Amino acid sequence: MPGAQIETKLWVWQRLSAAVLGVCVFVHLGMIIYAVQGGLSAAEIITRVSGNFIWFVFYAVFILAVAVHAPIGVRTILNEMTLLSPKATHLVMAVLCLVILVMGFRAVIGLYQAGAGL
Amino acid sequence: MSNTIKVSVWRGAKDGEYQSFDVPRQPSQTVLDVITYIQRHIDPTLSYRFACRVGVCGSCSMTVNGRPRWTCRTHVDKVATDGTLTVAPLRNLEVVKDLACDMTTFFEKMNKAEGKFHPTKTRDDDFAFIKPDDKKRKQAAAGIECIGCGVCYAACDIVDWNKDYLGPAALNRAWTLVNDERDGGNAIRLAAVAGDAGCHACHSQQGCVEHCPKHLSPTHAITGLKRETAKAAIKGLLGGGD
Repeated sequence: MPGAQIETKLWVWQRLSAAVLGVCVFVHLGMIIYAVQGGLSAAEIITRVSGNFIWFVFYAVFILAVAVHAPIGVRTILNEMTLLSPKATHLVMAVLCLVILVMGFRAVIGLYQAGAGL
Repeated sequence: MSNTIKVSVWRGAKDGEYQSFDVPRQPSQTVLDVITYIQRHIDPTLSYRFACRVGVCGSCSMTVNGRPRWTCRTHVDKVATDGTLTVAPLRNLEVVKDLACDMTTFFEKMNKAEGKFHPTKTRDDDFAFIKPDDKKRKQAAAGIECIGCGVCYAACDIVDWNKDYLGPAALNRAWTLVNDERDGGNAIRLAAVAGDAGCHACHSQQGCVEHCPKHLSPTHAITGLKRETAKAAIKGLLGGGD
């Protein structure tokens, strides 16, 4: 079947990233309970979690998993539900991956630096 | 029990309409009995397909009150709860006439999924000795009773929106052969069933499992194929480098 190798590899990547996301979402919800104790505000979150290298690594992994998982899923949905060509959906996947990486790491680095006083 | 049952039957091909018939009720009457009565006693031009009448050949499948079923083993009193029947051809297949579908695509997809046996021995070799409790033997046995009736194919929404999708029956057949120790065709078979028209298109909605008259689980087979194709892809065995 044309594309069998790439399609199957994308499926594997999506399953692996889903497994990582499962853990990440669980920890993330726990972090929210820990960080937000006086109402949900940026100041509250920054006070408790920024500048912490472990949280930085955790959210970096989280973003990498999202950047792998979501674009593959969106590509599949576009392939199934729209008339876009496979090349076009591949391009959408790549662009979405880049957007998630840039926006995600901008937020995580910003949060880390805010607490580190940089 | 009323003396008659009101039956709406699809007449025509892609374009057509339902025609109503009153058919006498009988004890233990099947939907196939009802259709046969219409053809033999009311309208001999009604076209439909059947052969064995006992759930072996898989040729009498139709859509009965909105669900795909094997009509020879479907009792009227189980499905006509309000005293009416609506009988149409199977979904996802081209209608030849009335209740008869063209099954060509369905069986072609069995071939596309490499659903044929690739022997590794000759008649001069000894038998393959496979224990009944062998894990792969059990996997093959779980799907081997498929009668090719097309009910799962008609029940599948993925087939409905992706005409290239191989479908539950073809993938189930491929999975039985993947687990057949005597077969040597897995390299091409796994490449044939991987991808967006193969096992990876399945959304595990399990319409096939819900409707299979033999109570097989094509979804389980497809999950197995996803696992085996993943192993093959990691080893780069699915061909092309594409």
